[in-house]
Amino acid sequence: MLLFKTKGKKKEQGKLNIPEGLWIKCPSCSEIIYKKELERNLEVCPKCDYHFRLKADRRIEVIFDEGSFQKLFEDIIALDLLNFSDTKKYKDRLKEDNEKTGLSDAVVSGEGKIYGIRVASSIFDFNFMGGSMGRVVGEKIAKTFEYAISNKLPVIIFSSSGGARMQEGIYSLMQMAKTVALVSEFNKMGIPYISVLTDPTTGGVSASFATLGDIIIAEPRALIGFAGPRVIEKTIHQSLPEGFQRSEYLLEHGMIDMIAERKDLKDILKNLLILIRQ
Amino acid sequence: MAVHSLEFERPIIELEQKIEELKAFNLGGFANVADEIENLEAKKEKLIKDVFKNINNWQITQLSRHPLRPYTLDYIGLMTENFIELHGDRLFMDDKAVVGGFCFIKGDGGKLNGGQKVLIIGHQKGRNTKDKMCRNFGMPNPEGYRKAQRLFKLAEKYFIPIVTLIDTPGAYPGLGAEERGQSEAIARTIYTLLNIKVPVLSIVIGEGGSGGALAFGTGNLVLMMEYSVYSVISPEGCASILYKDVSKTEDAANSLKLTARELSESNVIDGIIPEPLGGAHRNAPLAAEALRRAIIKNLEELKKYSGETLRDERIKKFRNIAK
Ligand SMILES: [Zn+2]
Repeated sequence: MLLFKTKGKKKEQGKLNIPEGLWIKCPSCSEIIYKKELERNLEVCPKCDYHFRLKADRRIEVIFDEGSFQKLFEDIIALDLLNFSDTKKYKDRLKEDNEKTGLSDAVVSGEGKIYGIRVASSIFDFNFMGGSMGRVVGEKIAKTFEYAISNKLPVIIFSSSGGARMQEGIYSLMQMAKTVALVSEFNKMGIPYISVLTDPTTGGVSASFATLGDIIIAEPRALIGFAGPRVIEKTIHQSLPEGFQRSEYLLEHGMIDMIAERKDLKDILKNLLILIRQ
Repeated sequence: MAVHSLEFERPIIELEQKIEELKAFNLGGFANVADEIENLEAKKEKLIKDVFKNINNWQITQLSRHPLRPYTLDYIGLMTENFIELHGDRLFMDDKAVVGGFCFIKGDGGKLNGGQKVLIIGHQKGRNTKDKMCRNFGMPNPEGYRKAQRLFKLAEKYFIPIVTLIDTPGAYPGLGAEERGQSEAIARTIYTLLNIKVPVLSIVIGEGGSGGALAFGTGNLVLMMEYSVYSVISPEGCASILYKDVSKTEDAANSLKLTARELSESNVIDGIIPEPLGGAHRNAPLAAEALRRAIIKNLEELKKYSGETLRDERIKKFRNIAK
């Protein structure tokens, strides 16, 4: 279960002097994009359709009706159950990423509305320790389902995660069982659980609740898989085919229901929620 | 034997070889040599005790992967009768890294009478090179997990308790495995086993490696053999990814708290099955007997509950871990 630190191939920086903050280079096609334009385009490259990773708060803005999202379970904070320390103390990593992102952990949970339809939701933020799932993430996912059960709401989870959080050892592994347990409890309700896979969804997250959605939607070209591509290459000693473990590849192999462009995602979710609601 | 020993076992092996030599020499039965053998045997026992008293997490990890350690089929051979292996996922192929079938666990004193009917599903490693390849080093493809799901449902249909034996470095990180949905296969197996309405007993017998192990790990009770390990990542993987230094494997093994003792102390698992002095590989029949007793005893307890209760309690157990 690997964490992905960077994505895409980094091309040589061109001679263009890019003023900090106003412009951004597309990691896929290297086009220099005006940040305001990228924002208007929901963080999708206007030239090559590359979908930039979204911060959780931005995802909420893009998907939920304005001002409708109420965050829940914010009081659950990470415990350093193993007193873990590698090159850095786990406690320090948590503090750093908290300061960097303003988040208490890698997932934001709550209730929001999509065209007026109430939904319980959890949204991963890859910027917080690679979206890795430890106790806090597992608990928040579990509580999202429990909240949905008590309030009879559909669930939508937006994943973006390198997998289990190694710094929490066995406890992170057990979150896979915990979240799956809640999917199964929720399934008694006859209400939809929609799983949205965004770049990247791998390891302990893809091998638990994320691939158990009634409907599985992926954003274009998202990396989705169990093992990371580098681990696979090292294991099988051959290079991987073009597009391997990307959304389009998964669709082709029957692993997901559809690929949705970011600009269409909210409407697709609305239509699904109307269609498959009891 | 010497080829298959771990570094910290070497003094023990050397002493053992000396004893063997003396025994071969003493076919005539000289009393003074017999005394010497007895002397050395006592010394050996003390040596093993000393070595194992201060054994560290990395050494335990090595023991859990010991090339002579009993594997799933070894235990099945030693503690069951009438094992009938069932093959295939009915979708794509038969994955030999996972074995499963119905059998009787022997009753006390090796008797079939009073034996317990079970479905055993376990990871299977190979012993020699050819066998290892055939078993894919105990690393299942999606089909291994889908075969398990199929058999779990069969056991439920006949209300036969399930015993899972966990012994894998992890699910196979291969091209075909990804193509055929390794993630979904593991997720669905966890889902299926959590929901099965019969007693489920999960036992880590060797390596409990990550999601590939957890897929078989959601029993009503989870036990570990004394020198098995259970972890989100291998110490080597942890050292290379987090410590960025492969020489930090021992530190990683300590940090991960992956031993049966540590996991039992933190209540992540429900019990430890003691191994023979020096580890299961030094006396497989004795290890199998300890495993057999643990299975019989714990299933007796679980059999008191209805299928519904067992399912609900299992869901609750994993819901509440580190709540
Ligand atoms: Zn682009």
